[in-house]
Amino acid sequence: MIEVQNLTKRFGSTVAVNDISFSVRKGEILGFLGPNGAGKTTTMRILTCYIAPDRGRVTIDGHDIESESLAVRSRIGYLPENTPLYADMGIIEYLKFIARMRGIPSDRVNGAIKRAIELTSLQAEITKNIGQLSRGYRQRVGLAQTLLHEPDIMILDEPTSGLDPNQIIEIRELIKQIGREKTVILCTHILPEATSTCDRAIIINEGRIVADGTPDELVRKARRGATVVARIRGPESTVREKLGAFSHVRSVTSSPAGPNDLFRYDLSIEEDIDLGEDLFHLVVAHGWTLTELRHETASLEQVFAQLTGAEERKLEARG
Amino acid sequence: MRHTWTVLGRELRSYFSTPIAYIFLVIYLVATQGFFFYLFFRVGEADLRLFFFWQPLFMLFLIPAITMRSWAEEKKVGTMEMLMTLPVPDLQVVLGKFFACLIFWTIALVLTVTMPWTVYRLVDVSQGATVDPGPIIGGYVGLFLLGGVYIAICLFASSLTENQIVAFIIGLASCTVLLLIGSTLVLYTVPESLVKPLQFIGLWANFENISRGVIDSRNVIYYLSVTALFLYLNASMIESRKWK
Repeated sequence: MIEVQNLTKRFGSTVAVNDISFSVRKGEILGFLGPNGAGKTTTMRILTCYIAPDRGRVTIDGHDIESESLAVRSRIGYLPENTPLYADMGIIEYLKFIARMRGIPSDRVNGAIKRAIELTSLQAEITKNIGQLSRGYRQRVGLAQTLLHEPDIMILDEPTSGLDPNQIIEIRELIKQIGREKTVILCTHILPEATSTCDRAIIINEGRIVADGTPDELVRKARRGATVVARIRGPESTVREKLGAFSHVRSVTSSPAGPNDLFRYDLSIEEDIDLGEDLFHLVVAHGWTLTELRHETASLEQVFAQLTGAEERKLEARG
Repeated sequence: MRHTWTVLGRELRSYFSTPIAYIFLVIYLVATQGFFFYLFFRVGEADLRLFFFWQPLFMLFLIPAITMRSWAEEKKVGTMEMLMTLPVPDLQVVLGKFFACLIFWTIALVLTVTMPWTVYRLVDVSQGATVDPGPIIGGYVGLFLLGGVYIAICLFASSLTENQIVAFIIGLASCTVLLLIGSTLVLYTVPESLVKPLQFIGLWANFENISRGVIDSRNVIYYLSVTALFLYLNASMIESRKWK
């Protein structure tokens, strides 16, 4: 449905988007994740024909964004970051304006508006001017306008930013519901959003794609995939050596956890395998004591932090 | 697809939904008519020339004031992104905004009709004198066209910045420069060879005939050309985000 090839965009001397390529299948909900300034919004602006790329090609539903810009724009429902709206207009007035601009025939305008209002539950505040609405309702108006022309593709840039936890849940449910039959690109830096709403996630950092896969795949692929934490009473160097000998264990670190040779061992393992039984048998065979055994699966947060350098910076800061 | 009309409708509604438009109109009308009648009774002639002659100066303040937010506000609030990602050709948006301003200007002109009407009523009092409608109509057509030029220039200025005040200043300055180019003030100071060309492109110079009620086709072509030029520049400015 969406094909992006070698997209590059520079602003002055900064490269915002650096040779990225990805594709989105029809009906997929793709999460576009990245820290602030990574290039997410710039990429979306190129896809929606707001700005032109310096290099690269993008085709949306078979149409090229540069040569068939109008065809592309008519197929996308776009909610820009910060949900820009005309504050001096009423909700229906605004939706009518967008509907007309989208070329919806006059006899279908009212029906389209009614449907959009129902889908986004705007009825309660329908008489107000947009400037008088709360943030949550403004976001809903923004979502409503993307639905008017029943597009196949929706591009939402940080749709839950600035909302309170309840509103966030509502909007996410809405997106999941609406996205069922549509192709959706969801830009966010809120990771739980990606895990709960998206089929697939792309992590972008400093203009480059650093990961591409389902949330599960990403977690599995991460280098520091999982950690096993065990507290064992026994001779520290021997324990460490034996633990390190297990297959798939990348490294073992130990720290004192109590008197009488009680140490805490953090095993960094390559893949998310269950070391529990083998470790138990090892401890029993050597006559040591096991007081804690814990499995920590990597979360998308860890993957994200690792890929986007936040962890390195944290370690550096600790000195 | 006449999205121009949709944009026009939105712009006009937006103007009149806040007090701003009404305030500007009132100030303009009071200033224009106050000025005119102050001189009118002193001069004692049933002539509207005083009104038409000084209009280019009054417009210099009204028109940048009503156009300044046109593009600047959209850029500042972010609705530009919304507008430009709709499946509407840029030109139609540019024209929609232009015609909305033009309609606003027409309304302002229509509201000044109290002046010729007053003069007309005063004239009837004297013996058998009649008012020649020709120059009056001609004058208003000229003002309408001149308004188009100012609007096109000021809309272009608005498209250059996010800041309304800056848009106002650039619009005001540009119109002033164009106004003064062919005026006697400037013509005194330039070398002989430049006099004719400057008169040709000067805004006020082209207005002289009209202020007397004479519609010269050369002046009309001039006004339409300058308007078209700045509309083209405006469209290019909007388009430029797509340039590599």
